[in-house]
Amino acid sequence: MNVHAARQGVFGAARSEDGIARGEPLLVVDNISLAFGGVKAITDVSFDIVKGEIRAIIGPNGAGKTSMLNVINGFYHPQQGTITFRGRSRRRMQPHEAAMQGIARTFQNIALFKGMTTLDNIMTGRITLMKRNMLWQALWHGPAEAEEIAHREAVERIIDFLEIEHIRKVPVGRLPYGLQKRVELGRALAAEPALLLLDEPMAGMNLEEKEDMSRFILDVNRDYGTTIALIEHDMGVVMDLSDRVVVLDYGRKIGDGTPDEVRNNQAVIDAYLGVAHD
Amino acid sequence: MLYREAGDFKTTYRADQQTFPIRSERYLFWAAMAVAFLVVPFFINSYWEKSVLVPLLIWSLVALGLNILTGYCGQVSLGTGGFMAVGAFACYKLMTSFPDMPIIFVVLASGGVTALVGTMFGLPSLRIKGFYLAVATLAAQFFLVWIFNKFPWFYNYSASGQITAPERTILGVAVTGPNAPSWATYLLCLSFVFVLAWVARNLTRGRIGRAWMAIRDMDIAAEIIGVEPLRTKLSAFAVSSFYIGTAGALFFSVYLGAAEVTEAFGIEKSFLALFMVIIGGLGSILGSFLGAAFLVLMPVALKNLFVGTLGWPTDVATHIQIMLIGGLIVFFLIVEPHGLAQLWRLTKEKLRLWPFPY
Repeated sequence: MNVHAARQGVFGAARSEDGIARGEPLLVVDNISLAFGGVKAITDVSFDIVKGEIRAIIGPNGAGKTSMLNVINGFYHPQQGTITFRGRSRRRMQPHEAAMQGIARTFQNIALFKGMTTLDNIMTGRITLMKRNMLWQALWHGPAEAEEIAHREAVERIIDFLEIEHIRKVPVGRLPYGLQKRVELGRALAAEPALLLLDEPMAGMNLEEKEDMSRFILDVNRDYGTTIALIEHDMGVVMDLSDRVVVLDYGRKIGDGTPDEVRNNQAVIDAYLGVAHD
Repeated sequence: MLYREAGDFKTTYRADQQTFPIRSERYLFWAAMAVAFLVVPFFINSYWEKSVLVPLLIWSLVALGLNILTGYCGQVSLGTGGFMAVGAFACYKLMTSFPDMPIIFVVLASGGVTALVGTMFGLPSLRIKGFYLAVATLAAQFFLVWIFNKFPWFYNYSASGQITAPERTILGVAVTGPNAPSWATYLLCLSFVFVLAWVARNLTRGRIGRAWMAIRDMDIAAEIIGVEPLRTKLSAFAVSSFYIGTAGALFFSVYLGAAEVTEAFGIEKSFLALFMVIIGGLGSILGSFLGAAFLVLMPVALKNLFVGTLGWPTDVATHIQIMLIGGLIVFFLIVEPHGLAQLWRLTKEKLRLWPFPY
């Protein structure tokens, strides 16, 4: 990508030319099964994520939600089934290939690069978009510096957007938990993903931090049209944010639909509250 | 009072990400470089060259190379001595096989050969980490030294098993061999160190450096945001080995003049380089220089103090010196586990606010 294109690419613009219209499936999960030895983590799960929506994946502890995200971004390889992302099917792929195709994610327990500053962490998110080779980098002055500055501008827009200007040059290991979560979201956004996977973005946050994070998620989705799939345990947040919800329990899909449909689904109520087996 | 950033405004990203963001720091750096390049060569004598400056420069280069691998990319290596030997023997073979090749190319080509060898020994890093990788690189150390002893082709079948650097000149001035003037060897080493340190700074502040640090800090997350572990780790091994090989070539051709592999490039060299990097500061260019300075200059200073000033017998002085240096290493690591570079960083943070810290 040349410098000019890098300058224009604000969240997703650089990667959205895939011919998929809003409302058409961006990602299709088809009959995925994943087992670790004898433990079946996911059994025959199928669902889709359409472009432009916020899709929640919920379920009780151990339901296979995080495993599902790990399958989507290539970290686990399912034994059965296929994943079709932007019209291309695959079963095995490496995580960095998923990143190249436009899938970014955050983690349940923060996975930032602790020794690096906020700025460097978010700049690392753009690694798949930076192309200058080692010789240019070694020389620095000229193309490598121009590329660096172009990407710095994009990163500064993300920093403004997430309201973290004041911690730009602080090593992230020194930041409080809530801010670290925000930096991690920034790093994922920096890749200008077509699909953003958020694994419990609000875990362990207080009310104010949750409200901020919800606002950022909605703004990303609305302003930049980024498709989002999120896992969350706070039902209030899930029901308010998401357009559609998938419910997993013991690795099986037990519900799929709008928040209202899911809330009234008897199987989902049973899974969460438990039923008397007699 | 001299060290201030007030009034030193940054209005472009270019100005914001320069190496020395504070003006007085920038002036200090260029003043130091001017002294090193323009003043020191006129006053240097053989003692300062052989005992202080040239070893300091060469070990700085080694520490820089190891710091790229261990400090920036997080891959612990104990093969440094072996890689220096590769650089030295590549240099020797190139010097004797192609007598017309300019010495600068010979040294850089030796670095290139070492980069290839280092990349090969970096392959296990894709599977193993931490102490296990350290043991794997230890194998490189012993294997490489063994191979240079075992096959006489490497030392041109000389009876003693030694390699000796023939005289080579740059612009008519000898830089290797016994007739090389002190200022010439010093300037050659200084130029290599200056350029390579600048390159190291450029590599570590851009995309490649961030990929290395990402692998160091959290390899799984790095992979998920698109860092390719294979290419990133091997590139760190290649660049690091290039630096160490270049340093090994200079160590043999410019500094030692003649070398025997077990003695010159043994395991203690690997440890020495690792200590330099740990004491100086992992993941810091400045730290490489501070670590090298500490471990090269401290023994010389102590020896001068004990034998020269106090007139102690040499053997007593040597033992006390070893104990003192060990003690100082422990002391510095307790005071600041992140090395001398971190101490310097903290000093600077304090200096910015001094004398009104509130």
